[in-house]
Amino acid sequence: MSSAPRARQPRPAGRGRELTFWLLTRYSAVALFVLALAHFSMTHFIYDPADQTAEWITQMRWNSLALRLLDWSMLFIVLIHSFLGMRTVVQDYLKGTAQHVVITLLWILAAALVVLGSNVVLTLPLK
Amino acid sequence: MLAWAFHRISGIAVWAFVILHVIDIYLVGGNPDAYNELLQIYASPPGRVMETLLGAALFYHALNGMRIVVMDLWPALTAYHRQLWRIVWITFFALGLPGAYIILKPIWELAK
Repeated sequence: MSSAPRARQPRPAGRGRELTFWLLTRYSAVALFVLALAHFSMTHFIYDPADQTAEWITQMRWNSLALRLLDWSMLFIVLIHSFLGMRTVVQDYLKGTAQHVVITLLWILAAALVVLGSNVVLTLPLK
Repeated sequence: MLAWAFHRISGIAVWAFVILHVIDIYLVGGNPDAYNELLQIYASPPGRVMETLLGAALFYHALNGMRIVVMDLWPALTAYHRQLWRIVWITFFALGLPGAYIILKPIWELAK
């Protein structure tokens, strides 16, 4: 089974918002290929989930300003990528008002996650 | 079609986990005790099986995503989509199986 090229999202014509979203999905994909796989390797292969308590995160992982910055940028990139992807999914299965309402709800959820994630990255005291 | 279906299912699964993950990390600051309790679930045998499935979804999505990016940004390479598809699955199992072993290993150690 490798008839995939048919099922890909075709590059949108013109230079409008759809093309921006299409390119943004692909550029963020390349960034996440490195960031998300490194993140998963760090949290599952280098360390074990059992070790990474709240105290460990405060004292070890987020004791480094550089790692906080890395995690914070990953938050934005993963939210952009995953919510643009979910927008495509919703556009495929819903039409008209339902599509508009669900996509609006998706943006609100993404904004709420930016607030929650940024809050903890920025306000957890450095130990 | 199969590549597309897997890509979509794994994408939705990882998206759902991202929502959970932002909320659980928020708890590190907001309610550390609740976070540590949740961590016990992540570290439990059923939690490790779920994490292995999460890792599989993430890894497939990442590998197949790169195949799509390569073909979308360099359309000439679409001619090699069969080879790219094969590389996706060889890499998936070659690195994914040892990865699954590392995540699941503590279950057997717990059982001893």
